[in-house]
Amino acid sequence: MDNVIYMDHAATTPTDPEVVAAMEPWLTAEFGNPSTLYNLGLTAARAMEQARADIASYVGAEPDEIYFTSGGTESDNWAVKGAADAHEKKGRHLITSTIEHHAVLEPMEWLEKKGWEVTRVAVDSAGIVDPEDVRRAIRPETVLISIMHANNEVGTIEPIAEIGAIAREAGIIFHTDAVQTVGKLPVNVDDLNVDVMSLSGHKFYGPKGVGALYLRKRVRLTPLMHGGGQERRRRAGTHNVPGIIGLAKAFDLAHQRMDIEAAREQSLRDRLWAGLEERIPDIWFNGHPTQRLPNTLNFRVEGIEGEAMILCLDMNLIGVSSGSACTTGSLEPSHVLLAMGIPAELAHGSLRLTLGRHNTDEDIDYFLDVFPGVVKRLREMSPVYNK
Amino acid sequence: MYTELVMEHFRNPRNMGVIEDADGVGEVGNPTCGDMMRITIKVEDEVLQDIKFQTLGCGAAVATSSMVTEMAKGKRVDDAVEITNKEVAEALGGLPPNKMHCSNLAADGLRAAIEDYRARKGARAAAGD
Repeated sequence: MDNVIYMDHAATTPTDPEVVAAMEPWLTAEFGNPSTLYNLGLTAARAMEQARADIASYVGAEPDEIYFTSGGTESDNWAVKGAADAHEKKGRHLITSTIEHHAVLEPMEWLEKKGWEVTRVAVDSAGIVDPEDVRRAIRPETVLISIMHANNEVGTIEPIAEIGAIAREAGIIFHTDAVQTVGKLPVNVDDLNVDVMSLSGHKFYGPKGVGALYLRKRVRLTPLMHGGGQERRRRAGTHNVPGIIGLAKAFDLAHQRMDIEAAREQSLRDRLWAGLEERIPDIWFNGHPTQRLPNTLNFRVEGIEGEAMILCLDMNLIGVSSGSACTTGSLEPSHVLLAMGIPAELAHGSLRLTLGRHNTDEDIDYFLDVFPGVVKRLREMSPVYNK
Repeated sequence: MYTELVMEHFRNPRNMGVIEDADGVGEVGNPTCGDMMRITIKVEDEVLQDIKFQTLGCGAAVATSSMVTEMAKGKRVDDAVEITNKEVAEALGGLPPNKMHCSNLAADGLRAAIEDYRARKGARAAAGD
């Protein structure tokens, strides 16, 4: 990690050394299964329940409203499939947005193949969902509304509290994928008017392979994982105790420094964009100027392609991400950028930078030093950039 | 993900540029797909004297463009037109399976340039040059 300037924190984050230290005993001396009845297991169970209580209080929930999962994807799958299955008698209609993470879109598509109807509410050019569009999509048969708190590609923060109020008025379960906001912004389930919420540890300096689902009391979801009855018979599987302890520690560390860190990263991010605009012609910002995660910068570069930029930056020991088709693994570029009305040829030339705790002023200076040369070189090679 | 040879061609592409008074121009792909190539060739006595490429695309696209020009330069036109995308990928030590489609443009671009050259030659012959 030392030599690389990592600017892809939306993809994952390094596990904080304090988190690693907190986890270690639960991997070694205290390896007990919390479901067992002897001392070793009981010790693990106590620690786990303390972690649950801590996490609950950070998001404004009761401890028994927090369920541990393997991460954001499992939580999203549980929310979507669990709501559909539990409430099928009411109807078979779901509402979501066009810019959700694949962990929400794919389960919805899977349900569509089984005869469910899905309304995907469009976003505006900044990636914002209009709460009125959600309201208009509601039908008597709607059983779930799922809108992400902030988008992972462009960082746009959605009006979740307003949408939640609309869902509540209509008596429909409201889920938000908060994977990109938990640990970065204050997240309170009552302020946001949510019934179900997904979060993931490795996005805020916790370990990979653990996350949680917040599930409001009296809201019913069919379990995704059937088995040994853990998590009050709602999510089977031996608990990932080290992961859970690590998750709670990550929450702790994130909240200690949240406001300061958000301001610091935003300032770096803004200086970076100002510097890029100054040095490079024909680049445009993707997303919302203010309603955006403080660490996220997504922009498009005319005339060149995203993966080529990533490789050149990697050669200079800088790690970033892109919305080009070659990086999505399909022939289509980022569905988020396309949904925002960005033409495919510009979506292919997009770059996403997401800053984090370890990024410094020096990192920004280095990027501003290196990137103009990368763009110049690739534009010389390009058959379509002639300016 | 990529072989060292692919990265080498990406870092130091061969024959990048444009031949201003080319004898044949081949353009394949399109920016909507994120992949586009323009190949320009100079032919004398049916031999590819010079060949240059410009590419919009990923690492595989750049490397295969560079490699195909290296493979084609100095060859007789009749031989160069036979180069396949598979041969270009093999010459680079292989490409990841999900990148094979990025490599399709290289030999297609060369073929398009040669077809253009032949069409122009044919047109000149028909006009009685």
